[in-house]
Amino acid sequence: MSHIFTALPQVLVDGLTLGAIYAVVALGYTMVYGILELINFAHGEVFMTGAFIGTGLLLSLGMFGIDMPAWITLILILIMTALLTGLLGIGIERLAYRPLRKAPKLIPLISAIGISFILQDLVRFVAEMKTGNYIVTGTTLFEGKFTIPFSSIIGSFQNATIKTNTIILIGITIVIMILLDIFVNRTKWGTAMRAVAQDQETASLMSINVNKVISLTFFIGSAIGGATGFLFAQQYATIDPYIGFILGLKAFTAAVLGGIGNIRGAMFGGLMLGVLEVFAAANLSTLTGGVLGSEYKDVFAFAILILVLIFKPEGLFGKSVKEKV
Amino acid sequence: MIRMDKWIDTFQKNRTSQFIVLGLFILVSSASVYFLERSVTAFLLLLGSLLLLHYTHLTNRTKWIVGLLLLVVIIPLATSGGTSQQDYMEVAVQTGIYVAMALGLNIVVGFAGLLDLGFVAFFAIGAYTYGIFASPQATQLFHSDFFPLAGTWFWPFILIGGFMAAIFGILLGIPVLRVKGDYLAIVTLGFGEIIRIVFNNMDKPVNITNGAQGLSQIQQPEIFGFTFSLASQFYYIVIVILLVIIIGVQRLEHSKLGRSWKAIREDEIAAQSMGIPLVKTKLWAFALGASFSGMMGVVFSAKNMFVDPSSFTLIESITILVMVILGGMGSIPGVILGAAVISVLNLQILTEVTNFLTQNISIPDTLSPTKMQRLIFGVILVLIAVYRPKGLITAKAKQYDPAKLAEQPISDK
Repeated sequence: MSHIFTALPQVLVDGLTLGAIYAVVALGYTMVYGILELINFAHGEVFMTGAFIGTGLLLSLGMFGIDMPAWITLILILIMTALLTGLLGIGIERLAYRPLRKAPKLIPLISAIGISFILQDLVRFVAEMKTGNYIVTGTTLFEGKFTIPFSSIIGSFQNATIKTNTIILIGITIVIMILLDIFVNRTKWGTAMRAVAQDQETASLMSINVNKVISLTFFIGSAIGGATGFLFAQQYATIDPYIGFILGLKAFTAAVLGGIGNIRGAMFGGLMLGVLEVFAAANLSTLTGGVLGSEYKDVFAFAILILVLIFKPEGLFGKSVKEKV
Repeated sequence: MIRMDKWIDTFQKNRTSQFIVLGLFILVSSASVYFLERSVTAFLLLLGSLLLLHYTHLTNRTKWIVGLLLLVVIIPLATSGGTSQQDYMEVAVQTGIYVAMALGLNIVVGFAGLLDLGFVAFFAIGAYTYGIFASPQATQLFHSDFFPLAGTWFWPFILIGGFMAAIFGILLGIPVLRVKGDYLAIVTLGFGEIIRIVFNNMDKPVNITNGAQGLSQIQQPEIFGFTFSLASQFYYIVIVILLVIIIGVQRLEHSKLGRSWKAIREDEIAAQSMGIPLVKTKLWAFALGASFSGMMGVVFSAKNMFVDPSSFTLIESITILVMVILGGMGSIPGVILGAAVISVLNLQILTEVTNFLTQNISIPDTLSPTKMQRLIFGVILVLIAVYRPKGLITAKAKQYDPAKLAEQPISDK
């Protein structure tokens, strides 16, 4: 059991890394749900597409022999990826959700599943055409590694290692979250967004262009999701077209955990789910005496989702809404 | 032109002429299946005669008789002509299994309006229920010579498999029913994945499912010393189960329970205030839908003599959902059509087109239509959702004649 305690710093570092990814992807779910009351099932796939676009850009830069300082490359690729996936998000909304805004709730969910299948297969197709294999391993921009001396703080802790990539990932995701928070709470467009989320009709009477706001929401959610996809590819090196689905599901869990529709809640929920999952993966077999191994970490995440939905469906920070007749 | 319209008009009213045309169609298509060597087109035409039958204006009784004749006699006979009989029958058996599952999911999604994205889990439970007890796995597990069960146990296990699946349906239903709409979809999706992961890892600490290697040497069904081993023999098992299911579903649809499901689908709060017990009604939907899937799971494991977790992935759940949606949620003939179209598309057309393409033009392996299954499903889902949300054959509500109703005295019945 003492092993659990001594390994805690590493678990925390890995958990926060994964959690930061969940948090940003969860933002996409929460923003769309807040406005349209729709689970954008395809969001996980937008994240995956971002991972592939980013890696593809990086590989083709290498192919053309363009040599730039790593940080400039990183920022350039992030911006390009964000733009492209943002446009993809707008396209998805136009094609699959807007015509169905008045349809029963089941129908947009079905077209969302359709879109996510289409994206998976198109990405697989392109990746296989270009590289011969749909599992793609990219190059990393930053190779470095650090050791954080946790043992000097508390004697029984082990030291944790952290990659430069991880620091960049956590740094950028924090910047994204802060910027988004400022955008939503302080700017005119952010105010419009919150207004549309509260009441579309009244918002449109206040001369807010509802369709534009919805498009903007999809753009922002997809752009940050796609950019995070690239960071994910940098962190874990290998990507395939099917990473988006499970990750999207977990990010959605995070959004529910924090109270769906609540932006700060989603950030917190993501970080919490990441830490919990890594903790479970590292320690489930010790805790259960070898009965359950780390392969059950996905089960653990789903169990959290189901428990939250049953006992506190409004999430940790959400307000409960009574259904009116 | 006017004469043409007249012709069509008389044809629509004249049952005898419809009967003759249908008979000719069946004759031609079955003869071509019989004489042509492995012609998918002919086989499709023969299956299409069932659809044609649906659209004729024959009486219900004639429809049933012709349909049964087609399924039990004509199709097996017609396919027995060439060397590829087992291939055709394999397709027919798989299609039958999918039709049963789609009808089960239709109860949950179509009638009760509860979107279930983990439906294949119940299929897995049925398959494993029979698989564990009828394979050497049980001998290891219980250290008893009684196991593996003999093939004659297959018959009660059809019911046991359905029952187990129904129990799991209720177990899933109880916690999930507090969750609504799209949340329900996510939770059931999670449940489907959990079941698969659990089956994949239950080889330790006690080896129950043999993990990712799956269970092999599952006993084939046996009755009076006769062993079912070929697809053409399983065909009859599937047809019998399917008939029971179809009749059951049709009776259910207009029963009190069926009407309660539809009421809940349309408006939960209104249904509740009319005295419909929400929890009980929804649980029935989960249990009955799951049981169809469980029964076919038993057949599936007996036919393949092998089960492993890779047959029960999310894409299978989505495939069944596509069938229901394509056919038309809540419409029994629609769902049967949807299931048949998708499984024949998956099993035959895609492979045939791939073979054709690779033989005639050299295309890269990545482009082959069999690999594009997800893309095709995705496109179908989006197109159906946007342009035809009610599916190919729209569900019809039973019409009551107000004049007739007024004549009848109100009774307790």
